[in-house]
Amino acid sequence: MNWRWLSSIVLAAVAAIVMSSALVAQTTKTAAAKPSAAAAPAKAAPARAANTAASVKKTPWGDPDLQGVWNDATSTPLQRPAGKGETVNGDEANLFEEQLANDLSRDRRDGGPEVDVNRAYNEHWMDARRLKITNDRRTSLIVDPPNGRLPPTVPISAERQKIRAERQAAGARFQAGMPNIATEMSLPIRCIIRTDSPPYLPTIYNNDFQIYQSPGYVVIQPEMIHSARIIPLDGRPHIGKSLKQWLGDTRGRFEGNTLVIETTNFRNDDTVYQGANPETYKITERFTRVADDSINYEFTIEDPTTWTKPWTAVVPWNKIDPKEQMYEYMCHEDNFDIVHLLTGARAREKNPALNLKKPETR
Amino acid sequence: MRTRVWRVITPLGFAVVIAAVWLSPLGGQQAPAPRAAAPAGTGFPAYRAPRLNGHPDLNGVWQAFVTANIDLEDHEAQAGPYTELIGEYSGWPPGQSIVEGGVIPYKPEAVAKKRQNAANRIKEDVSNDKTWHNLGDPEMKCYMPGVPRATYMPYPFQIVQGSSPYILMAYEYASTTRTIRMDWKQEAPTDTWMGWSIGRWEGETLVVDVTGQREETWFDRAGNYHSDMLHVVERYTPLSPYHMMYEATIEDPKVFTRPWKISFPLYRRMEKNVQLLEYKCVPFTEEMLYGKFKKGAS
Repeated sequence: MNWRWLSSIVLAAVAAIVMSSALVAQTTKTAAAKPSAAAAPAKAAPARAANTAASVKKTPWGDPDLQGVWNDATSTPLQRPAGKGETVNGDEANLFEEQLANDLSRDRRDGGPEVDVNRAYNEHWMDARRLKITNDRRTSLIVDPPNGRLPPTVPISAERQKIRAERQAAGARFQAGMPNIATEMSLPIRCIIRTDSPPYLPTIYNNDFQIYQSPGYVVIQPEMIHSARIIPLDGRPHIGKSLKQWLGDTRGRFEGNTLVIETTNFRNDDTVYQGANPETYKITERFTRVADDSINYEFTIEDPTTWTKPWTAVVPWNKIDPKEQMYEYMCHEDNFDIVHLLTGARAREKNPALNLKKPETR
Repeated sequence: MRTRVWRVITPLGFAVVIAAVWLSPLGGQQAPAPRAAAPAGTGFPAYRAPRLNGHPDLNGVWQAFVTANIDLEDHEAQAGPYTELIGEYSGWPPGQSIVEGGVIPYKPEAVAKKRQNAANRIKEDVSNDKTWHNLGDPEMKCYMPGVPRATYMPYPFQIVQGSSPYILMAYEYASTTRTIRMDWKQEAPTDTWMGWSIGRWEGETLVVDVTGQREETWFDRAGNYHSDMLHVVERYTPLSPYHMMYEATIEDPKVFTRPWKISFPLYRRMEKNVQLLEYKCVPFTEEMLYGKFKKGAS
C-alpha cells in the first residue's frame, strides 16, 4: 500500500510539471460560477514588471527590499491552452479557474476505485493557492513567445537522445513499480533537489521561498529542500567552469528596482529544465517588487541546442500571511519511500502476481 | 609584551571603530555601546564589531578549526573505518576537548548508550521504517547535523543578517540551512533536524535559543548524543574583524546530570572569492543505504 501512496507522490510531482505544460480540459461536472476571479476589475495584461517607483522599500544599505516569505503557487499553466486568449475575463475566467482546479485536483473521484488509489495523494496535501489563476488572469505563465507556448525544439544530438531514452526507460520502470536501483530515480525522489533549482515553478505543495538580504548578497531559501541559493552582488566572476552544481552558480545585480540574476555551471544530470543542455543553457531571472505583498518573478531561458529561441515566463510571488511560517523541509533523513519502492520492485520480480495495474495516465 | 602592546592599541583602535561607526550611514543613529567584554579567558581585548541596523554585523563565511566533529572530548589519533583499504585517508586526527571541564556529565545510565553508538557508528539498517534511525552516525548517512554539531563540522557556513526579523545560517555540509527568528514568541511547533532557533542580541553577542531538535542527531562521530529534551543556548561574540567566540550551553535532563558548555573560536574565511559550494552528500550514501535493495543484489 505504501508504495502506491509513494508513487502517487511522484505522479503528483510529474503531474505538476505536465499540467503546467498542457491543460487537459476534462470536466465532468458543470463549473459553478464563482465570483473570485471575476469580481475585481481586470488588471493590465501580462505584466513584465519594471517597477521604477522611487517609493519602493529599500534596505538600510540602499538595496530594494525583497526580504520575506513568498509563495508562487498558481493554477495558471506554463503554456497557454489551445483556443485561449492572453487573458480571460468574467465568466470565462471563472470557468477557466474551475477547470484548472478540477484538473489539478487529485481527489475528483471520476475514475473508479483503481484510479482513485493512484490519486491517494489528495487535496489535503495541496496548497490551496495552487487552485487559483494569477490575479492578472493570464492563461499562461509564458509571456514570450507571445502565443504563450514553448518555442519549437531543435533536433538534439544522438548522445542526448540516448540519455533521454535511458531516463524515459527508468521513468517507465518507476511508474510500473519496478525501479532497478535508487540512482535511476529522479532527483526529487532521491532527495537531492526538489523545487530549489531554477526556474521556480508552482507545484502541488511547499511553494514557499524565503528571501534574505545582507549588504552585498541576496539569498533565496526554497522550502524544498532546505538549501540556500546565495547570490553575490559584488560583480565577482563565476566559479571555475569545471565546478558544476545542482543549483548552478548564481551572480546578481540590481538594475533599478529589479534584482537580475544569472546562473551557470549546472550539472549534467537532469538538473536543468526539461532535459535542456547544461553546456548551452542559460537562465536569467528577474525579481521586481511590484507591491508590498507581491513580487514579479520573471525568467528567461536560452538554450540554442534545445529550443529555437529564448522564452520567458512571469510568475507572481505573493507574500504569505505573517502568521504562516516556512518550516524545515526534511527529505533524505526519512526517505522511507525509496526503500519501499525498491523492496516493492524486488517482491514483484519474485511474484509477478503482485504487478501493478496500469498506472493512471493523464 | 603582547599585553602592553594591546593596552596601547586597544583604546586607539576602539576610538577608530567608534568614529567609523559614528560617521557611517548605518551607525549614525546609534549611540556607541560600552566596550563589550570578551568571553572570559579568550585573552583578547574588548572589541566592538561594526554595526548593521544597530547590531553587531556577523555577516560572512565562517568556519571552526577544531576536530570536535570526531569527538567533543579529548581524543587521540585513531584509525577510522577501513584503514586496511585506504590507509591514512581514513585516519582521524587527535584533538583536545572543547567541553568545559573536559568531560561530558552523562548520567550513569546514559553512558552505555554513548558506547553503543560509538560501536555502531558505521552501521546502518534502513530496511524497517520503525528502526530506521537506530544505527549509525547520522553524518555518515548525510543527515542534517543538528545544533551545535553543524557549527563545528569541518565545513564553512555563512551568516546572512539583514534588516528582517530573520537571520539565515547556511551550512555547506548537506546544503543545510537554519532560520533564526529574532525576538520571536512562538515555541517550536514540532521537532526538526535543525531545531527551532530564537535569537536575541545581548550587547555584542548574538544569543540563540535552540529547542525542538529531533532526538536522532548526534554531537560527533564518537556517539555523544542527546534526547528529545535537548536545549541548546548558543552565543556568538565577535572578538575581532576576523574571528568570533562560539559558546553553547547544552542541557538535557534525560541524558546529563547538569548543563554543560562547549566553546571554540570561529574564523572568518578571508579568500576574496570565498563562497559556499554545494556539498550535497546524498549520492555518497545511496549504495550504502539502498544497495541491498537494488536489482540483482540478493
